[in-house]
Amino acid sequence: MGAIRLEKVKKTFGTLDVIPGVDLDINDGEFVVFVGPSGCGKSTLLRLIAGLEDVTDGKILINGTDVANEAPAKRGLSMVFQSYALYPHMTVYNNIAFGLKMAGESKEVIEEKVQSAAKILNLTDYLERRPSALSGGQRQRVAIGRAIVRNPAAFLFDEPLSNLDAALRVNMRLEITGLHQELKTTMIYVTHDQVEAMTMADKIVVLQAGRVEQVGKPMELYNNPANKFVAGFIGSPKMNFLGGELAQKRDCHEIGIRPEHIAVSTESGEIPATVKIAEHLGAETYLHVEADGLGPMTVRATGEIPLGEHDKIFLTPEQDRIHRFDAHGLALGNS
Amino acid sequence: MENKQTPLGYVSFSVFAWIVGLLIFFPIFWMVLTSFKTELEAVSIPPSFISFDWTLENYVEVQERSNYFKFAMNSVILAVGSTLVGLVFAVTCAWAMAFNPTKRTKDALLWMLSTKMMPPVGVLVPIYLLFRDWGLLDTRFGLIMVLFLMNLPIMVWMLYTYFKEIPTDILEAARMDGATLPKEIIFVLLPMAVPGIASTMLLNIILAWNEAFWTLNLTTSDAAPLTAFIASYSSPEGLFWAKLSAASTLAVAPILVIGWFSQKQLVRGLTFGAVK
Ligand SMILES: Nc1ncnc2c1ncn2[C@@H]1O[C@H](COP(=O)(O)OP(=O)(O)OP(=O)(O)O)[C@@H](O)[C@H]1O
Ligand SMILES: [Mg+2]
Repeated sequence: MGAIRLEKVKKTFGTLDVIPGVDLDINDGEFVVFVGPSGCGKSTLLRLIAGLEDVTDGKILINGTDVANEAPAKRGLSMVFQSYALYPHMTVYNNIAFGLKMAGESKEVIEEKVQSAAKILNLTDYLERRPSALSGGQRQRVAIGRAIVRNPAAFLFDEPLSNLDAALRVNMRLEITGLHQELKTTMIYVTHDQVEAMTMADKIVVLQAGRVEQVGKPMELYNNPANKFVAGFIGSPKMNFLGGELAQKRDCHEIGIRPEHIAVSTESGEIPATVKIAEHLGAETYLHVEADGLGPMTVRATGEIPLGEHDKIFLTPEQDRIHRFDAHGLALGNS
Repeated sequence: MENKQTPLGYVSFSVFAWIVGLLIFFPIFWMVLTSFKTELEAVSIPPSFISFDWTLENYVEVQERSNYFKFAMNSVILAVGSTLVGLVFAVTCAWAMAFNPTKRTKDALLWMLSTKMMPPVGVLVPIYLLFRDWGLLDTRFGLIMVLFLMNLPIMVWMLYTYFKEIPTDILEAARMDGATLPKEIIFVLLPMAVPGIASTMLLNIILAWNEAFWTLNLTTSDAAPLTAFIASYSSPEGLFWAKLSAASTLAVAPILVIGWFSQKQLVRGLTFGAVK
């Protein structure tokens, strides 16, 4: 059981107001991802929940009890650090067993739990090794093993995959998702990688400068971003923002249109443009174009499109996929 | 690592290093040599190097006249005792400074170290009076306290430099794993800092062993360590170089042996923050 609720959580470092006040509800068993640009306070928020930082003000409720002034260990949460933070002087076995030893579990219980965690994470053959004799992916699994044996109310991950290479990252991403489906324990996962956020989350929390910009299911954020920031942050390549006549025609300050929602034609269309760079990936083609009088845009077309530099093309946004924003960057209802 | 030095530069550096080394070592060498001479040969001019009648009579006499082992025991108790007490305080202090620093941590460290620049004689009278009033004169306990306080700044500084290199994440992981503060320090921090703690302890034992100002001023017999043992040969009966040398050789021998065997550890510890 691990339902977590933040009420007006504030954090300042000296005079620096890092988290001005966050309210958030995390349901039991949910996989919640905090995303946002570097320095926006993701780690700080996670560490506040963990108890590694003291809140300046506000409440942190775990299963209804306010734990804002409790020590980390009392909160029943487990954390996986970006640096893995394994105990270098202990074997893998002892790394995983440490929390159980601290909790005063008996030898037999420890043995059983460590072995079963090792089995889930494919670490059985490495139990007697030191962390220094493991690969990055194995270290990450030890860190996860250390977290799961304690049977926590929730797991906290702080950018756990950012030290791994791209291929391994995809693998571990799937492993963590699989683990969540198996354990059904609440997970809070911090990343600045919006692909990780989109693929793993039940619920995404987009943060900027310590403020929650929007909370929602991945597809909700993708389809109905609340403002320009979320619209630009979620989705890759980034959404195109266009002002001027196109926006006025639609009664707003600016429109946003995702690269994948633009039709390309060599004959006719709403926006004439010139191809600057064409990236051919086989399954799809990214066109970086200069739209006449509007500036640079990105288009993502499926399949192989035989276009290259200087080619003249016409772009037509899918009308019902256009996002409208007012002068403050807030989204206006679809017209 | 690439060695960019010319052979000539390399040779002259080596020669220079050897000269400095020999200069530093010579007094100890001469002391050991003198301890095997007769009193007459010890003061003869020109001094004789190897060609003298080697004798052990100085050692025999020193052993007969005073109880070396009592002094040596006191030296061990004072050096080890003050180091262990110091470690308890220095570890906790360095932990706080390294892992929970504030704006003024650096200042506090410098201030602690600056107390080492004050001449000890400046506080001799107050400390002497305190010791007298509290009945601490010539007690091992009193001496341990003074030696521990004297070396505390250096211990804190050394441990701080070591602890600084340990990622805070690992301690936080222990905290998440449910370790209380003492357990976090004992099971996680200390094992990771073993090399640093070992060199800190070694250096501190050597400093305490060699300390002569307080040990001479605050002890008479019960708590007197080897420094007092040496001193007892220099004053009352005029100068007996050979016997004084024998006593000194006996006094420095244990610490020299320890220092010799642990030199690698010591150098590593002392240069830790500097190189790396
Ligand atoms: N102990 C601290 N003292 C002072 N300022 C801090 C402290 N920890 C974090 N900050 C500041 O708080 C802000 C948020 O930091 P935080 O580490 O939470 O960002 P983040 O979103 O995790 O970024 P990243 O994606 O780079 O990890 C930053 O501006 C940072 O400089
Ligand atoms: Mg971070």
